[in-house]
Amino acid sequence: MNKPVNQKAWLLVIPVFICVAFSAILPLMTVVNYSVQDIISPTQHVFVGTEWFRNIMTDPDLRDALGRQIIFSACVLLFEIPLGVGLALSMPASGWRASAALVVLAMPLLIPWNVVGTIWQIFGRPDIGLLGYWLNSLGFDYNYTASPTAAWITVLVMDIWHWTPLVALLCYAGLRAIPDAFYQAAEIDGASRFAVFRYIELPKMRGVLMIAVLLRFMDSFMIYTEPFVLTGGGPGDSTTFLSQYLTQKAVGQFDLGPAAAFSLIYFLIILLLCFILYNWMSRVGKGGPAAEGDEHAG
Amino acid sequence: MARIEFQNLAHAYRPKPATLDDYALQPMSMVWEDGGAYALLGPSGCGKTTLLNIVSGLVKPSEGKVLFDGRDVTALGARERNIAQVFQFPVIYDTMTVFDNLAFPLRNRRMPAAEVKKRVHEVAEILDMTRDLPHKASNLAADAKQKISLGRGLVRQDVAAILFDEPLTVIDPAMKWMLRRQLKKIHQQLKLTLIYVTHDQVEALTFADEVVVMTNGRVVQKGGADALFLRPDHAFVGYFIGSPGMNLCPIELDADGARIGSQRLTLGAATLAALGDAHQQAKSPLTLGIRPEFVRLAHEGEAGAVRVEVLRAQQLGNYQLVTAQCDGHLFNAKLEPHVRVVNGPAWLRVAAPETVFFCNDERIDARNAEGAAQ
Repeated sequence: MNKPVNQKAWLLVIPVFICVAFSAILPLMTVVNYSVQDIISPTQHVFVGTEWFRNIMTDPDLRDALGRQIIFSACVLLFEIPLGVGLALSMPASGWRASAALVVLAMPLLIPWNVVGTIWQIFGRPDIGLLGYWLNSLGFDYNYTASPTAAWITVLVMDIWHWTPLVALLCYAGLRAIPDAFYQAAEIDGASRFAVFRYIELPKMRGVLMIAVLLRFMDSFMIYTEPFVLTGGGPGDSTTFLSQYLTQKAVGQFDLGPAAAFSLIYFLIILLLCFILYNWMSRVGKGGPAAEGDEHAG
Repeated sequence: MARIEFQNLAHAYRPKPATLDDYALQPMSMVWEDGGAYALLGPSGCGKTTLLNIVSGLVKPSEGKVLFDGRDVTALGARERNIAQVFQFPVIYDTMTVFDNLAFPLRNRRMPAAEVKKRVHEVAEILDMTRDLPHKASNLAADAKQKISLGRGLVRQDVAAILFDEPLTVIDPAMKWMLRRQLKKIHQQLKLTLIYVTHDQVEALTFADEVVVMTNGRVVQKGGADALFLRPDHAFVGYFIGSPGMNLCPIELDADGARIGSQRLTLGAATLAALGDAHQQAKSPLTLGIRPEFVRLAHEGEAGAVRVEVLRAQQLGNYQLVTAQCDGHLFNAKLEPHVRVVNGPAWLRVAAPETVFFCNDERIDARNAEGAAQ
């Protein structure tokens, strides 16, 4: 087979390359630049090599924040993915009910993130919040500003409330793309409801689930606004996640060098975990390219 | 394996159909014998898939009954009916191997593992897929996937009928012949009742013992290739079967006999009488139908011939297709390739022994038979 060679194609790639360079690569490079220097004042800086990296790697506060972050992201995936799939499965397939369900479901996604934090901050207050007041009058000792467990649960529930709809919407789209013939065949083959889910719906949702897992993982790993508004990272530093720790360093203490080194490590961690997740998920239940070849159903 | 019977079956997707046009499937009664191969043939949207889904139990008919071997199954769903269905697009379970795909219906019915293994191997043998058993089903070609769909039906020994819903749509032309031949062989080997939906007449005629022709939700004829070709019950069958289809041309009766437009057409006295009766009874227009295969050149003034204007003659290898016009009506004729045809005036014999007549689109003696049955 002779492939035509046309070097002019490179010209067509240049605009994208320039855009990406200015929007992503150059800013990243300035961060790299900061991470190896000690910025004493805007005009004075000293090259320090890998010192910041060594500092950061041994910082116990950072290690704790990273641990919390991993547990938080794992919990988010553990709850939101099954819940989202369940929601999508129980939604009506067509008619006005489907439209109504979609609108209601999309509602939390439309609320600005800091408003979400504020809503839950008020909602959970033991003195005037609907949730907090009722929980306390039911006999639970619930106070998210005092108890780390309560703070954790509140942050987690808030994230589930905020983001499960995204997972559900993605899964819903995946489910609607399954041709009727598959359900009819399963009916004829005498498959149980669970078998339909396990052997038809789940494999056909593989693509959207992968997107959902990656999106939710990345977003939850970078979570900042909502816990910042809700708990401010407290009580103590029990809900201080990586972003907040970074902000404290960079903005609060103005340690630009360590903050830059930390940003790079943060970035690499996300990249690495996404890579692992993506590879793992594309291998699980891999149906080959044919699995995606069913869009032609008419 | 079962004999399938429809009693006054009809289906409308909307409630309370007022006119026949509201039906997706107009009321009809029919019997499909055990072990027969039947094709449902018709253009898209003619109701053939609706009928198929009624047989499989995916659609519950709004009127009438479906009987399998005399047992009323109208109220039963697809899983209680023991039918197998092969869909237009291959339906396979992507994550499973070929073996697991074939075993799926048996495992759902809680058959012991040893027996499942035996049945699956038997069916794989029939389908010639033994080598593929351990492989992932999703990596196979479309024709192999369709065979798996068929196999999922064949593994069940209690299967009453196998339904095919245009199963060759996504198969390449070269594989179509092979797959069709294989289906035919399986049919002969297992003596199953097969029902095959298609809009391809060649597929229908080569595959089935009897073809059920449908249009606009109505069954217009059920019969073998001969009957459909030579004695179409309905003008639609004449038009739809054959390539090109039957020449259909309105004729009028007057005191002196029959006419096509202003052209006089000589017909036998008995034929004229039958036409006159039918016309009197139904007060509907009459149509003459003749297959292009039976039209031939004639001498001037020959009985049953009309004067035409030849528009073009196309050589198509083993025959030539002549298109001629008679008073605004087109006639196609398939003539021997060596016959010399020139554009311009000529005579064509259109009233031959093979000519059929329709009154209100129904073949005239067929109409009488139907009248007697009611």
